[in-house]
Amino acid sequence: MAGAPSTDTAIIRRRVSRSQSQRGTEEPPLIKWTLIAIALAFSLVFLLLPLVNVFAQAFAKGWQAYWNSLTEPDSWAAIRLTLIVAAIAVPLNVLFGVAAAWAIAKFEFRWKSLLTTLIDLPFSVSPVVAGLMFVLMFGLQGYFGKWLEAHEIKIIFAVPGIVLATVFVTFPFVARELIPVMQAAGSEQEQAALTLGASGWRTFWHVTLPSGKWGLIYGIILCNARAMGEFGAVSVVSGHIIRQTETMPLRVQALYEGGSAVSGAAAFAVASLLALLALITLAIKTFLEWKQARDYSRAQQLAMPTPESDSDTAFLARQNLR
Amino acid sequence: MSIELKNVTKKFGEVTAVNDVSFSVNEGELMALLGPSGGGKTTVLRMIAGLEMPTTGDVFIRGQRVNDLSVQERNIGFVFQNYALFKNMNAFKNIAFGLKIKKWKRPDVEARVMELLKLFDLEGLEKRYPHQLSGGQRQRVAIARALAPKPGVLLLDEPFGAVDAKIRQELREWLVTLHHELNVTTIFVTHDQEEAMEVSNRTVIFSRGNLEQIGTPREVYEQPANEFVARFIGVMNVLELHVRKGVARLNELEFPSHGLPDGERLRIGFRPYSVQISSDDKAYRYRAILRHTYFLGVMLRVELELPSGLLIRARMTKEEYAFQRLADGKDVSFQIRQYRVLAREGEKLAPEVAVTHDVPLTLGEGI
Repeated sequence: MAGAPSTDTAIIRRRVSRSQSQRGTEEPPLIKWTLIAIALAFSLVFLLLPLVNVFAQAFAKGWQAYWNSLTEPDSWAAIRLTLIVAAIAVPLNVLFGVAAAWAIAKFEFRWKSLLTTLIDLPFSVSPVVAGLMFVLMFGLQGYFGKWLEAHEIKIIFAVPGIVLATVFVTFPFVARELIPVMQAAGSEQEQAALTLGASGWRTFWHVTLPSGKWGLIYGIILCNARAMGEFGAVSVVSGHIIRQTETMPLRVQALYEGGSAVSGAAAFAVASLLALLALITLAIKTFLEWKQARDYSRAQQLAMPTPESDSDTAFLARQNLR
Repeated sequence: MSIELKNVTKKFGEVTAVNDVSFSVNEGELMALLGPSGGGKTTVLRMIAGLEMPTTGDVFIRGQRVNDLSVQERNIGFVFQNYALFKNMNAFKNIAFGLKIKKWKRPDVEARVMELLKLFDLEGLEKRYPHQLSGGQRQRVAIARALAPKPGVLLLDEPFGAVDAKIRQELREWLVTLHHELNVTTIFVTHDQEEAMEVSNRTVIFSRGNLEQIGTPREVYEQPANEFVARFIGVMNVLELHVRKGVARLNELEFPSHGLPDGERLRIGFRPYSVQISSDDKAYRYRAILRHTYFLGVMLRVELELPSGLLIRARMTKEEYAFQRLADGKDVSFQIRQYRVLAREGEKLAPEVAVTHDVPLTLGEGI
């Protein structure tokens, strides 16, 4: 690679200067190791052990029991419903997130800061309150209750209500991840596309979206994890009807409250799926963060003057010969 | 006439970035827009491209008023300062982008991109992504991308700003060669006066949104329209003189009063090359000590310190310096052969007043 040697030396130089600067400000080893020990112990007890326990409990009665408790019709229905809800909620929020991020990152308008704040609203509202809001709107006693009943449309205690609650709760994820990435990418690439004759639509698909690719995927992953794992809001609007409006998290609670040893193990089996989803999400998230950081440092390199490689000198030498 | 601006003003809110600017660029010309940062030159370039709209005034491209034409419809090639290459596309796709937009047929696209890759010495690099290219290669891809759809005008924003100093000089020469071969009307923005002087056929000089002067490199250097241009283009010694007893003076230096009465002030300027130096300390009118010598290659810049402490910059060839047996700390004599009146009483002079005044050679010793 043409630019590689110079880039490498730049990184080495940065590392050297960092280790030198730390020497002067470093804390005594005792403090350092105590802090590390506390942090490690905490995450071990509160994060790792419970996680291991979920899987241990799930497999306590062996593989066959695990498999049976997942394929048992009620749990299977819950798994299917969760997948359906996510399959509707995630694309909707991708659509909204991309539109909002594009508007916020690329344009200046009057209510921009209000929109930015509104996007964050679902983060600051308790999911139970979010669920209640939908009950108040679409429930029998709600504003639209009479009208909905007259037209035989069921939202609350039905799948549409669950989808609505999930969409609300997972509303910020895509937009929040995408906005900084698209802002960092700047608008020069888009302007370049325009000068080359591309329409706004084409520019969006070929330039804007690819430049925010990793942010988008990252947002989708987080959005999906939350959509599948949401309990509070969904619990309020679902009505807990077995095989109809019970999602995985609700199923876990129902099984656990069943009280028997069998249903307890089944609860952990379903819970282990959600835990697995969390682990996969974490793995993808870490990978994407690494990728984003790499793209970012490349973008930085692109913006900076680079020491010229031999090929440039050779190019100019050839030019002069002509 | 390829491009024309008529009374173009651009305001960003309260700030006037470009103030009533009019100029035209001829077909096939290589034009520089020069000025310090914040001068409005990039805004002018972006208005020609259609990336900014003038607040008032008109922009014409080949006789057509383009104010209402979008960027896409103007058929221009634009090279951004940091190149703005599509980082998710390789070099080939970057260059081909504009052709695909214009719905060129696939074999034609391939032929055109290959032709440009060859012209820009980028063969074999077509599969590389922007981050895998060196700065110079990126710049060439950016220019190739802008030229691919055969635009009527090529616009470059600080084309050498992001390139290593070592290679900048040679890239300038390359741009001139390229322009010569392609003969496409080219306008580039720069804050580097040397770059503008060396590369362009004509230069437009901006400061604080105003067009200060337009002319060939030689014209703006030898006949600067005002003090800003005189000081911005090249090095100039500027002296503030007081008129006393019919003579304009600063310390031991004396100049004609140019008709000003006693007590008035007069500002003059002279280029370092107008200072003639001799190692014979009686050869010329003024005496000085050679304080410091700066080696600039073939030319040398020397700093003269007058007995009163006044410093003056002069320029001479290496040969003359050696012939005169000059050295730092040596006593010399000098005279100023040419100067320009820049302003009276701090007022800007009308251009026709700012003419060069020759001082008769060899005034000899004393007054």
